[in-house]
Amino acid sequence: MSVLVVVECAEGEVKKSSLEVATYGAQVAAMLGTTATAIAVGEATEANLAKLGEQGIAKVLYDAEPRLKDFVNNAYTKLIATAAEQEGAQVLVLANSNIGASVGSRLSVRLKASLATNVVELPKTDGGQFVVKRGAFSGKAFSDVVLSGDRKIIAVKKNSLEAKHDAGKTAEVVAFAAQLADADFADAPKQVVMQEQTGGVLLPEAELVVSGGRGMKGPENWHLIEELAQALHAGTACSKPVSDVDWRPHHEHVGQTGITISPNLYIACGISGAIQHLAGVNSSKVIVVINKDPEAPFFKAADYGIVGDVFDVLPKLTAAVKELN
Amino acid sequence: MKFLVCISNVPDTTTKISFTPDNKEFNKAGVQFVINPWDEYALTRAIELKEANAGSTVTVLNVGEADTEPNIRKALAIGADDAIRVNAAPQDAFFVAEQIAAVAKDGGYDVILMGKESIDYNGFQVHGMVGELLGIPTVAPAMKLDMAGTTATLEREIEGGKEIVEVSAPFVASCQQPMCEPRIPNMRGIMTARTKPLKVVPAVGDAARTQVAEFALPPKKQGVKLIDAANAGELIKLLRNEAKVI
Ligand SMILES: Cc1cc2nc3c(=O)[nH]c(=O)nc-3n(C[C@H](O)[C@H](O)[C@H](O)COP(=O)(O)OP(=O)(O)OC[C@H]3O[C@@H](n4cnc5c(N)ncnc54)[C@H](O)[C@@H]3O)c2cc1C
Ligand SMILES: Nc1ncnc2c1ncn2[C@@H]1O[C@H](COP(=O)(O)O)[C@@H](O)[C@H]1O
Repeated sequence: MSVLVVVECAEGEVKKSSLEVATYGAQVAAMLGTTATAIAVGEATEANLAKLGEQGIAKVLYDAEPRLKDFVNNAYTKLIATAAEQEGAQVLVLANSNIGASVGSRLSVRLKASLATNVVELPKTDGGQFVVKRGAFSGKAFSDVVLSGDRKIIAVKKNSLEAKHDAGKTAEVVAFAAQLADADFADAPKQVVMQEQTGGVLLPEAELVVSGGRGMKGPENWHLIEELAQALHAGTACSKPVSDVDWRPHHEHVGQTGITISPNLYIACGISGAIQHLAGVNSSKVIVVINKDPEAPFFKAADYGIVGDVFDVLPKLTAAVKELN
Repeated sequence: MKFLVCISNVPDTTTKISFTPDNKEFNKAGVQFVINPWDEYALTRAIELKEANAGSTVTVLNVGEADTEPNIRKALAIGADDAIRVNAAPQDAFFVAEQIAAVAKDGGYDVILMGKESIDYNGFQVHGMVGELLGIPTVAPAMKLDMAGTTATLEREIEGGKEIVEVSAPFVASCQQPMCEPRIPNMRGIMTARTKPLKVVPAVGDAARTQVAEFALPPKKQGVKLIDAANAGELIKLLRNEAKVI
């Protein structure tokens, strides 16, 4: 019996969300009186995998098969299922990312496991039940879900818990060969196209986010958003109408029909705060709203607010951040 | 090409969410239900591909009780040819996936399209489960879907970018923007939808693997602290010293 954690890597680094997942998995292992093993996917270095010890991981399995560098649904599913069987994993923990949730759902069928995605807290295991809290109704509510099967798969929402860093602790890195066949790579991507991110910060992983709505008036004004984001090392986001008219790429669109995020800080600039927009961001820890209309509904959901013109306020904020740094 | 489009029936996006007093169930009173917004992309794209490939058909499928039929009729009005309703309350994602897989296997569908996720359950699960149950690829979430014969080219969104994936039918894809411009029913569609076939079939399969014990609403905010626009820089100090987020 053990806990198996799926760790996503890119360009040699372990993704931030996977450090959170490793922390989550190690804590579940401690609750169950067992240890946490990780299986790494993507392009990783041995040194960075060993550092997963800082999050409480004892052992890391890594299959250096070069075709596993990019996400291949079938191959990843087989790789992780093989590792889960080998380790006798009772609980499997992954990130609630497009990769993690995609393989998680396949694995739940293959391993006959109960699956919960979008999980925001550590499980409760009192009374012999295994209960996880997850986001539902697009951020408008939570549900406690009982995972009744012998095996459980948990996909942890990004930025739901802070990654632990016990400096100096290392994990043992062990070569792993899942004996994948050519057929397992039939759905391999033909091409991978990465987009330039503002300041290099990936929105779904960002701890701080600066976001713009229709009040920004046009794409030519987005440098105001980007300059504040850059000064803060924040990611950038937008409301739906902004991406609908191509002022911004659609992957920046947050809300009920975009992505849901829960950063530590969300700064909304010229966004009215429609219920569908709030759904995507209301689990942010601190919300700042800048809007020239004091009646804008967003102020009701905000922690801090400035009633004012974004074209006046944003440069002042950027200057204040630079002064502070 | 036989397309199967799976639609779920969800509370309208403007719904204020509330629960029964014991917090065990969603309070449906006064709530309007709609086709899950992501599923509208799946439906419209299937209809577009059908129009481009003579002899193709689009079947819509919902796992739900009789109260979902108005939205199934709406999907027929938008342009699906026929519909199947598996007569059962959806218990969990696995239960729903088993129903869809059974219908898909039975009907020999080539392309199974779904939405990225349901906006009530937010599972992002059913499409992967159906792919695995049928032993076929799932591409999720897809931003673009083109077909040439039985070969599909899709753009899959990944964090920070996209992947171009090629699969051959049968396969499952979950759809999202900007795949197409979702259509709305026109008068002629609404008239013809009334006579299109809607078959009701019983549920199959095992029990659900997860149960909701309780729902909860997010904690209420304390109220907003306003900062004078003339002193906007003050906000940054508060974020550092009071909120401690920067
Ligand atoms: C099915 C459905 C799904 C949807 N899903 C989403 C979703 O996922 N995400 C989403 O964002 N929306 C979604 N919407 C749209 C949503 O209802 C709103 O229309 C949208 O969020 C409004 O965007 P906005 O706030 O940028 O624009 P507006 O509502 O036009 O607001 C602009 C705001 O900017 C302010 N403003 C204007 N000029 C200035 C200035 N100079 N300085 C400061 N403030 C200024 C105005 O006071 C106003 O409050 C959805 C709608 C539907 C029907
Ligand atoms: N009850 C249902 N009936 C038919 N299709 C469904 C049902 N529930 C979910 N789906 C499909 O599965 C997709 C993903 O749902 P979910 O895994 O719940 O987020 C949805 O966008 C629908 O296409």
